[in-house]
Amino acid sequence: MGISLRGTLGLASAVAALTLGTGTAIADEEAELVVNEEIEMVVRAEAPDHLADTLDTIYSGWVFRSDETQALQADDFDNPGFVFVDVAMDAWNAADGAAGKSCADCHNDPMDSMVGVRAVYPKWNDEAGELRTLEMQINACRTGQMEAEEWKYDGSDMVNMTALISVPSRGLPVNVAYDGPAQEYWEMGKELYYTRTGQLELACANCHEDHYGDMIRADHLSQGQINGFPVYRLKNAKLNSAHARFKGCIRDTRAHTYKPGSAEFVALELYVATRGNGLSVEAPSVRN
Amino acid sequence: MKQAVVGAIALMASTVTVQAAETVPGDVDYGEYGEVQQSLTGAPGDSEAGREVVSNRALGNCVACHAAEALVDVPWHGEIGPVLDGAGSRWSEAELRGIVANAKMMFEGTMMPAFYKTEGFTRAGDAYTGDPAPEDLPPILTAQQVEDVVAYLMTLTDE
Ligand code: HEC
Ligand code: HEC
Ligand code: HEC
Repeated sequence: MGISLRGTLGLASAVAALTLGTGTAIADEEAELVVNEEIEMVVRAEAPDHLADTLDTIYSGWVFRSDETQALQADDFDNPGFVFVDVAMDAWNAADGAAGKSCADCHNDPMDSMVGVRAVYPKWNDEAGELRTLEMQINACRTGQMEAEEWKYDGSDMVNMTALISVPSRGLPVNVAYDGPAQEYWEMGKELYYTRTGQLELACANCHEDHYGDMIRADHLSQGQINGFPVYRLKNAKLNSAHARFKGCIRDTRAHTYKPGSAEFVALELYVATRGNGLSVEAPSVRN
Repeated sequence: MKQAVVGAIALMASTVTVQAAETVPGDVDYGEYGEVQQSLTGAPGDSEAGREVVSNRALGNCVACHAAEALVDVPWHGEIGPVLDGAGSRWSEAELRGIVANAKMMFEGTMMPAFYKTEGFTRAGDAYTGDPAPEDLPPILTAQQVEDVVAYLMTLTDE
């Protein structure tokens, strides 16, 4: 539901806030996340150097969710996002495009070949001379390697595939680089993060830096981290990309949004990702 | 049906009279501290209607950021801004009008949106559609709604 300066209440967050109450929600910030009794997630970490003047600690969005929502992420059998991971596994193995290739033909088992990949994207690609999100890299393989059609940037085929590719990185620390040629994109993303947009004149930082931990109507504000993306949202019962979330948050400032996959959102993703350097990759995570 | 027609005519009539005296957003006269002396409609507001604007998420949605004991019947109060109880004792009517119309005139850089402002935005949108704003972007609240909210806030006095 985004900011909830509008719209109707999602059932999930109604339940969340009812259970916790406004005042006690904070207590939840002590909880630990261990997935499948095996993967120990770092849900709070020392802020990366570039944020040292601003924040002491960075928190996963999981920390701010209700007990019920948190529990859904603790076991893959309860995590509704895994339905979509299975769908992506079928796509991974299916040949598509004029070259008659599947992802599996070149990358074999994603649980081996894709270890660590989610943790370092967006990433500068020297050969292509561009900053690539995971989505851009997947489409580069589809067109370049498979001679297949591009997937829609935030369509279900794409977001499901990014979830599958994230699974073998779960528990690894986000470690997105922003030096070298990526730096100018990082600066652009930072600028966007602090720009107050729309008729409500609100920047990401107003809500996610200055007021995380506070309630904004029925929503318990997190730091707006993307270590859990793509996320399964109870609100729309599907996986959601980081760009879709950015779009929703900007729209809710009564602004003219940017498009998923736009240069602005790629830069913003790079910047926001580096604000979470040190948190664990959690995708697919569960949120309201 | 007949009632609806009569209502519509009454509404048109009142809009006409209101517009005659209404101050448009660009002409609001903010004082040194961001206060606004003159009623934007030239008439006092209706505090009951103001209570609805404060509570309703499609209107002012002030409770997204502010809590108030006086609004316990309204679900979900935010904790971004100060509690509104007692605002009518803390502030004069002119100050409250300024805060609601454009709080940035009083509290520099505040997170509180300007509810009676139509220009000077970055990527203004068409309400919550995500599309670009129309040429004649209306303020978030009408002059009447601002006055109604001010009238309501004036009722929130310390006992
Ligand atoms: C014909 C072989 C081929 C096919 C088919 C193929 N890829 Fe690739 N893929 C590559 C090569 C080669 C690279 C490394 C190129 C580079 O680094 O730019 C790569 C790189 C990647 C990376 C980046 C890995 C990293 O370490 O940064 C991802 C993610 C990826 N592919 C996903 C996919 C997906 C998903 C599919 C199916 C939709 C797919 N690929 C199909 C050959 C292929
Ligand atoms: C008016 C307040 C507000 C603004 C401004 C805002 N957001 Fe959000 N955002 C929210 C709320 C409310 C949520 C849902 C609860 C939460 O996770 O904070 C949210 C959620 C998110 C999430 C999901 C976090 C997770 O763990 O699932 C991300 C990412 C995010 N926002 C990024 C941004 C970015 C980037 C911007 C600026 C372009 C932005 N937001 C601007 C209110 C805001
Ligand atoms: C996005 C959050 C937000 C929204 C929405 C919002 N406010 Fe505020 N408001 C604030 C903040 C923050 C302050 C504190 C001013 C500052 O920045 O120092 C404030 C201050 C005020 C004050 C003065 C506080 C006091 O001392 O009593 C009043 C009165 C007020 N707001 C009324 C309203 C009304 C009425 C609305 C709806 C029409 C509204 N606000 C909507 C955030 C908000």
